[in-house]
Amino acid sequence: MSLTPEDILKIAHLARLEVPEEESSDYARELSAILDFVEQMNEADTRDILPLSHPQDATLRMREDKINESDQREYYQSLAPETEGGHYLVPKVIE
Amino acid sequence: MTISNASPVTLSTLSAALHNRELSSVELTTDYLNRIERHSDLNAFITVDPDSALKQAEEADRSIATGNPGPMTGIPIAHKDIFCTQGMATTCGSKMLEKYISPYDATVVERLKQAGAVTLGKTNMDEFAMGSSNENSFFGAVSNPWDKNRVPGGSSGGSAAAVAAGISPAATGTDTGGSIRQPASFCGLTGLKPTYGRVSRWGMIAFASSLDQAGPITRTAEDAAIMLGIMAGFDQRDSTSVERAVPDYRAALDDSLDGLTIGLPREYFDQGLDSEVGDAVERALHQLQSQGVRTVEIELPNSMLGIPCYYVIAPAEASSNLARFDGVRYGYRADNYQDLNELYCRSRTEGFGPEVRRRIMIGTYALSAGYYDAYYLKAQKLRRLIANDFEQAFAHCDLIVGPTAPTTAFRIGAKTHDPVSMYLNDIYTNAANLAGLPALSIPCGLDSQNLPIGLQLVGNYFDESRLLNVAHRFQIESDHHLQQPTKV
Repeated sequence: MSLTPEDILKIAHLARLEVPEEESSDYARELSAILDFVEQMNEADTRDILPLSHPQDATLRMREDKINESDQREYYQSLAPETEGGHYLVPKVIE
Repeated sequence: MTISNASPVTLSTLSAALHNRELSSVELTTDYLNRIERHSDLNAFITVDPDSALKQAEEADRSIATGNPGPMTGIPIAHKDIFCTQGMATTCGSKMLEKYISPYDATVVERLKQAGAVTLGKTNMDEFAMGSSNENSFFGAVSNPWDKNRVPGGSSGGSAAAVAAGISPAATGTDTGGSIRQPASFCGLTGLKPTYGRVSRWGMIAFASSLDQAGPITRTAEDAAIMLGIMAGFDQRDSTSVERAVPDYRAALDDSLDGLTIGLPREYFDQGLDSEVGDAVERALHQLQSQGVRTVEIELPNSMLGIPCYYVIAPAEASSNLARFDGVRYGYRADNYQDLNELYCRSRTEGFGPEVRRRIMIGTYALSAGYYDAYYLKAQKLRRLIANDFEQAFAHCDLIVGPTAPTTAFRIGAKTHDPVSMYLNDIYTNAANLAGLPALSIPCGLDSQNLPIGLQLVGNYFDESRLLNVAHRFQIESDHHLQQPTKV
C-alpha cells in the first residue's frame, strides 16, 4: 500500500494534526512502510472468523443508574487552559 | 541497619527490617531520595517529590509504631508517569501533559498507598507508552544502568532503570505490547503483565484500551507476588475489570514443579533470535527440567503475525483514545490559532511527539471509511486466531516458555530511524496482550557484553500464581536475578 502526499494531508485532517506540505512526502514514505509491514496480516486466512474486540470476549457490565459523583466543576476547570463563568473558552464557532 | 549495595534489596527484606524497627521509613526514604539524586544522570525519573515522600514516610513510621502496618508500610516505590497521582505531576512522558496535575489517584496508586507504600516520584517513559526504548520521551532518553550508552527498553524504561540501579526498591509499569516485560528483560529484573482485567486501568492514561494492563517491576518473583496481591482486584470504575477473587500469590510460591508441563513454541526459537539469548534460554530450560518440569513442543502458528496485527489494533485504539487531547479541557494549548480547528490541530501537533503523531495517523487511516475492513477488521479476526492458538496450546501444557526479547539492550539511537525495526522488539511479547494472557519476564543470564537476558513465561488466564511459582522456584535455585550492574 503506497500513500501519496495528498493521502497524508487527508489523514492529517481527519486526525486533527498539521503536516506541513514539505513533510508530506516523508510522512507518505514512512507510513507506507508501516502499512506494507502490517499487510503481512494477509498471510492468515480469516474467512468465517469472528473478530475479537476484547480479550475473553467480555461484555460490558451494567450498573444502577444512580448518582455517584459529586460536582467538582471548579476543581476540574482549574486544569483548563482558559475558562470563564464555568465555561471552557474556545474561538468563536458561529458568527 | 543501613541498606547495602552488595546484594539486591527486596521488598520482603525491607518489610522485615521496618517491622523489626531496624530502620525507620524516614531513614529508608531519605536514603532512596539521596540515591535518586546521585543517579540523576540515568534520567529515570520525571518527577521526584521529597517533601511528600518524607511526609508519607513519617505517617508510615507512626503506623508501624502503633502496630497497625500494611503489607508495604514504609517501603518507598516509584510509579510510571502514566498513573494519575493527585497533587503530583502526571505527564505520560509528553509535552501535552507537561503541566498536568491530576485531580485524582489511579486505582493502582490508591491501593499501594492504602497498603502503606511511600511514593518517591514518577518514572520516565516513552510518550503515551508508545515505544520500546524509552527514547520517545519528551523528557529525554533513559540510560540502562548496565551500560549507560544503551536503552533500558520501553515503554516502562524509567521504572526498570530505577529498580536496576537500586534507586527504587520496586516500581509500577504498564504493558500494552511488552512494555513491562521487555524493559525487565533489558535491565535484569522480574516484570509481570497480569491477565487483562486483573488490575484496574482506572486512572492509568489510556493507550490501547483492549491491550493495556498494569503490573509490577521488581527484583524477585516473591516481590512481584507481594505487589500484584495489592494491585489486583475488582474495581467498578474500570468497566473491563474482572469480578474475581484475588488469590494469595505468596501462598503458592513454593509449590513443587514436579509434573508441570512447559510448552516450547517452535516459532519462538527461530532464526530471528540472537544466539546468546537462545543459549541462555536453553540453559534455563535445562534447569527447569532438573527441577521436575516436562517440556513439549507446541505450535503458535499465527503468533508471528502478532506484530502486524498489533500495529493496526494499538494505533487504531490510540487514535481514538488520544482524540481527547484537544487543547480545551486540560493539557497543552498552542499559542497561535485563528479558529477552533486550528486550535485543535496546532495544540495536538505541538503537544505530541513524532512517534505519537505517526501512530495516530496510522490508526486514523486504519479506521477511515473504505479501509476499516482491510485493516482493523482483518486485525481483529487475526487476533482471534492468535488467541485460539494459545487455547489449543494450553490443552497440552501448563505454561509456555521462551525468550522475552530477540536481543539484549541495544545502543541509544541504534533504531530510532526505522520504526518497523523498533516494533520488532515486541515480537515475542505482544501475542500475550492480544490474547489477554498473563506473562512475566525473569533474568536468565548475561551475554558476553555483560547485558541481562530475559526468559518469558506465559500462563493461562488468571494463572498468575503458577507463573510466580515457577519463577520463584527458578530463582531459588539460580542467581541470575541477584546480578547487578557493576558501574552504578
